[in-house]
Formats: sequence, structure tokens, C-alpha cells
Amino acid sequence: MLSRHPPRPVEPPALPEPRGPLSSAVLDALRRGPVILAVPDDTDPYGDDLQLALYCCYELHYRGFAGVPDEREWDPTLLTARAAMERLFLGALRADVPGSPDDDDVDAELAALLVEPVDVQGVSHHLRRDGELWQMREYVALRSLYHLKEADPQAFVIARLDGPAKAALVSIEHDEYGAGDPDRMHARLFADMMDALELSSAYGHYLDAAPAAVLAEVNLMSMCGLHRALRGALVGQFATVELTSSPGSDRLVKALRRLDAPEAAIEFYAEHVEADAVHEQLVRRGVITPMLAAEPGLARDVVFGIRASVLLADRLSTLLLDSWDASHSALRLPLPDAPALVGTTP
Amino acid sequence: MAEPSHNAGRNQAPRAREIIVTADGPLLVSGPVEIVMPDGRRVKSDRPVTALCVCKRSRRQPFCDTSHRCRVHADEIVQEEDRAQQTPAATG
Repeated sequence: MLSRHPPRPVEPPALPEPRGPLSSAVLDALRRGPVILAVPDDTDPYGDDLQLALYCCYELHYRGFAGVPDEREWDPTLLTARAAMERLFLGALRADVPGSPDDDDVDAELAALLVEPVDVQGVSHHLRRDGELWQMREYVALRSLYHLKEADPQAFVIARLDGPAKAALVSIEHDEYGAGDPDRMHARLFADMMDALELSSAYGHYLDAAPAAVLAEVNLMSMCGLHRALRGALVGQFATVELTSSPGSDRLVKALRRLDAPEAAIEFYAEHVEADAVHEQLVRRGVITPMLAAEPGLARDVVFGIRASVLLADRLSTLLLDSWDASHSALRLPLPDAPALVGTTP
Repeated sequence: MAEPSHNAGRNQAPRAREIIVTADGPLLVSGPVEIVMPDGRRVKSDRPVTALCVCKRSRRQPFCDTSHRCRVHADEIVQEEDRAQQTPAATG
């Protein structure tokens, strides 16, 4: 199927500003070439410096950056530094997820995702009930770090699966990529929503604005997608998204309607209410069940992938709601319509 | 998911369309499908698989919107209190 719109030129995003010594060293290495990079063990695994440095390393596998040669993707010094950062990040996640590392009851873990709590205070609940337009725009700007490359991190796992699990995962991914219609690609629908909300839909535009909690969620997907050893965790992450997305998307549709957003801004989440009701079924029956029948040893990592996704989603949720509760921007670089910073002490 | 007409030229019986009846939720129908509503309205779905609501709670009839899920108060989720679902990690 052909797009009704002319193709957009591929323009890699600009490199971001550094956020500390580690990201500064990685950005220098991206610009100038191989250097030996030190990753101190006491670097905060969830902090801005490590998460941005890791994000930039991973981005070489997606769209790259303007001014950075494409060959840098396989630079051994960058890969060595990336491995050190991944050890810290993965180690922190394994230590911080609830339960025991030996837990392998995937059905119980999925069942917990399938109950719909009616009285929690999540981001989508807040936006539906009394969120303001500037908060909705912040949410969309931050989500763009993933949704403008929606389904790409999970596509890395295709080659690591076999048989029915592979076929089912590809059929979900096919749907994410518009089922052959480029104008229905989820990343395209997200860009349309950004345009309708008067945000920039340029790939990577909001990287400098995104706090570490946003980058950590995307980094988890990239890390699990790029490591065959983490294929079970990737499927757990994918399942978490597909299982929890439909009710949340429905609340975001209602939020956008309440805020009188244009119709082009509503289609993305409206599509996800129905699409993810199907994907939920396919990921459970089509992907996880046959994958675990073929490789039972992956169950622990599926559980870990679910728990790590929930942990990072909750951290981001807390950050957004705490910021908005205090009437200030959750972005590192606020959008023009965010309230001016008041009452903050220097 | 094969189209029944695909095999017409070959000496094979057309493959029957698969419909999966789930214990906890929708009917899963291999698509594309066109559904005729009680008022005669025709609704199309081009998805590889379509989830049709059978619990009648969906607000997007005839499609499933996951409204069949158990709705519980947070204080009822005793074991899951650390990890009650607050917001989707993203959308898929």
C-alpha cells in the first residue's frame, strides 16, 4: 500500500547536551572517535548521566545522530562502555524488582496485570479526570522518545524466536507498522497527534527535555531487544505494554476529548484501545505460551521483564504526578505553555 | 489466517476460518472481517485478528475494549500492593 503523503527526508537528530561526566565523555567519543571510557561503579544507575549516555549508545542502532558516522555503531570502545553501563542498570533492576529472582510463575504475573484497579491515581487517570492541556502535551512530548520508533526495539527479538512464537510476534509487529499502510503506522499516528497538539514531531526533538525516568523505560526495551540473552525479558516487557495499554489508552482518548483536542490528536490512542485488546490475546496465547513450551528456562526472565517494566513505569508515573501536583513542568526544558517556575528555591 | 480463496486454484480444500473462543474475554476471529450489526450497519476490520466482544460490556461494539477485565479496588489487591498498575508502560 502506498502512502498518500510524500516520504519525509531522513534527518538524524542533533546530539543532546551532556548531563554529567559520563554522558559528556560518550558524546565526545561519538563526535571524535574511539577513546577509552571509564564508567565508575558508583554512577547512579537511574540517573540522568548514565541514562542519557546509554540512550545515545543505543540510538546508534536506530537512527544515529547528525555529525556521527554510522560506523560508530560497532565501535568497540563505545560497546565496552555500553556494556559497563548495562551491567550497572541491569544489576540495579534485578536488585530492585519485587519478589525473588527465582520466581517463574508467568501466569500469575500476567494475571496481576489483567485486573483493572478502579481507584488508583495514575497518569492516565489524572489526565482523564482533571489534567490540563499543558500536562497532556508534556506527556506526549516525553512519550515521543519511544513512540516515534514504536515497535522498533521489539523488532530486534524476531530473529531470536522460532516457530509459532515468532509468527505471532511478527503479526503483532505488522499491526504496529500499519499492516502495510504507512499512514496507519503507529509511529505515524503518534507524529500526527504531535502535529495536532502543536508539538514538534521531528525524531528525537524532545531528547534534551526528557528526564532520566523516561530514558530508562526506552533503554530497558533497547537493552532487552539488543541482547539475545535477554529475549525472555523483552517478551515480558512487550507483554506488559500490550496488556496494560488498552484501558490506559481509553482514558487518554477521554482526556483528549475533554480538552477539545482536534480529531487528529485522538486517533493514536483510539487505535490502541482496539488494537491492544487484540494484541493482549496474541501476546499471551501466540507468543508467551509457545515460547515457554519451547524454552521453559526463559520463564524467570519473562517475569523479570514484566516486573522491571512495571517498576520503571511507576517511577515515571510518580515523577510526572509529583511535578504536576506542584504545578511545575516534568520536562527538563519546559514547553512554552507550562506554568512558570514559581516557589522553587534556587 | 489464510484467505479461503487462496487455495482455490490448487487441488486443496479451502482452509476454514479460525475462531478462537477465549475463556476470559473476546472471540478471536482471523481477519479481515465485516460484521453486520443488529441495526444493519456494517463494520469492517482489516486486522490480522479481530477481537469481538461477547461480554457486551465494551463501549466499542462489536470490538473488545478489555472492559471484561476484573475491576478491583486498590485495597483488594493485597499481594500486588507494591505493583498496582498505575499507568501503561507505554502503548503497544
